[in-house]
Amino acid sequence: MKSMRGGFGEMLVELGKKNPDIVVLTADLADSTRVKEFAEAFPNRFFQVGVAEQALVTVAAGMAGAGKIPFITSYAVFSPGRTFEQIKVTAALSDLPVKIVGSHAGFGASMYGATHQSLEDIALMRVIPNMVVVSPCDYEEAKKATFAVAENGKPSYLRLARQDSPIITDENSKFEIGKAVILRESKDPQVAIIGCGPVLAEALAAADQLKDIGIEVMVINNHTIKPIDDIAITNAARICGAIVTVEEHQVMGGLGSTVAEVVTQGHIVPMEFVGVKDVFGESAKNYQELWKKFGLTKENITEAVKKVITRKNS
Amino acid sequence: MEIDINNLESISGRVRRNILEMVYKAGSGHPGGSLSAVEIMVALYFGILEDRDRFFLSNGHICPALYSVMAEKGLIDKNLLASYTELGSSLQGHPEKTKLKGIENTSGPLGLGLAQAAGFAAIKKGSYIYCMTSDGEHDEGNHWEAVNFAAKYKLSNLIQIVDKNGIQIEGTVEEIMPLGSLKEKYLASDWNVFEIDGHNFDEIFDSTSKARDKKGKPSVILANTVFGKGISFMESNPDWHAKAPNGDEFRKAMEELK
Repeated sequence: MKSMRGGFGEMLVELGKKNPDIVVLTADLADSTRVKEFAEAFPNRFFQVGVAEQALVTVAAGMAGAGKIPFITSYAVFSPGRTFEQIKVTAALSDLPVKIVGSHAGFGASMYGATHQSLEDIALMRVIPNMVVVSPCDYEEAKKATFAVAENGKPSYLRLARQDSPIITDENSKFEIGKAVILRESKDPQVAIIGCGPVLAEALAAADQLKDIGIEVMVINNHTIKPIDDIAITNAARICGAIVTVEEHQVMGGLGSTVAEVVTQGHIVPMEFVGVKDVFGESAKNYQELWKKFGLTKENITEAVKKVITRKNS
Repeated sequence: MEIDINNLESISGRVRRNILEMVYKAGSGHPGGSLSAVEIMVALYFGILEDRDRFFLSNGHICPALYSVMAEKGLIDKNLLASYTELGSSLQGHPEKTKLKGIENTSGPLGLGLAQAAGFAAIKKGSYIYCMTSDGEHDEGNHWEAVNFAAKYKLSNLIQIVDKNGIQIEGTVEEIMPLGSLKEKYLASDWNVFEIDGHNFDEIFDSTSKARDKKGKPSVILANTVFGKGISFMESNPDWHAKAPNGDEFRKAMEELK
């Protein structure tokens, strides 16, 4: 168990050593977004803007215009939550390589309640032209995603979780922006489970449960929401004939919607959506309690798989 | 740089006529704020900006003034002015960095320009970064976040010029959202402050020159201007924030600008 934000912070220091154009800005959250180490290693390339998320984005856009690659960090509820217009106008419309890092996304800030739980950020970011939207699933993938967005020359949103979570990829697994990865294959899969973020660990657990009762599934890590890998999704639809999407985000406008857009324009198959269904979160002791309450566990995924198989066969 | 004030005044006259023609032809635009900013922009482009320096326009709706000055300076083709807001034109209704060379920042939505200028200034320490803002946009929180940032990072190469024409969309700044003393606010925020007549070239050159010599703090020049300057029926009248003149009004305005 390791945290995605930790992987991000470690890779940022590596990037800092290699590339003098990397600068980091934070809105009074250097420690909890794990950029403190970068700040100590490269004090002249670190900017503390205060509790001022609007400036966080717009100052960074100015720096990107001057040739830098700014990584800007806050909780996802504040940035991009508060900064939609700033991101659209000053970063995306000018196609500047500002890297928006939204930490504590999903239910990670469990105790803090709905105000601090970001379940809308993917939807917000993916509707903006030029934006790249990446939601890695674990510590290792967060490192690779950080490296990849630093290099891609585009305005990019990197979605990170707060909690320590299972490591389901490894150092050697391939990561390429826009290319979905098959996490679990099977000989004759009846359903493709397509997910992103740490909740993919639940999808893998659900796949094990389903195997025990004779249901084979394929599990796809769709870490890039934009640009979406329509080839991988269409192939999965063809092979499996049914899809279940899984995300720690509102179903509306998030990964599920994105996959449905691809499916309905390509190979149409029945779909079920596991995610948050148009409600706000609330305080709880930990994210697991909230995953249970809001329907994001392996049991929920298993149920969705059974349901979509019934629909496929009816 | 040798400056011929008479020449700048005749350029300003041409810029005002360009603005009127653009807004009239487009049937849309923001004449009031464009006309108040003319002398400041002419001074910047014809006597202040050096090669390494940059100009950020925060209140992008007054881009007819910027486009006209760029055309007079030869940075863009004068014939392009007639395409303002037309489909496919590089002269967008609000200026866009990727559409027109020479535009540093996409702008229009208010309160965002100073922060971008500050970010640029924090990186390009060897250049002077000039940023025009409006008094109306001092309502915006984003703007004041940038004021703090520039002071904290002692961006002495950042020079903000506020086109203080006292008018915003729905009335006077005093009515819509009184700002109190901007001078006192900026002084309290650890900025150098200058107050000038924003239509007086000597004062624009003098204040920007002094601002460049200041070390350790960003500078703001509060330029008192007249909204709709040069056209009697537009002056200080908020109705002309975002309105194009009709045929009669256009002819009358052009007559006054002769």
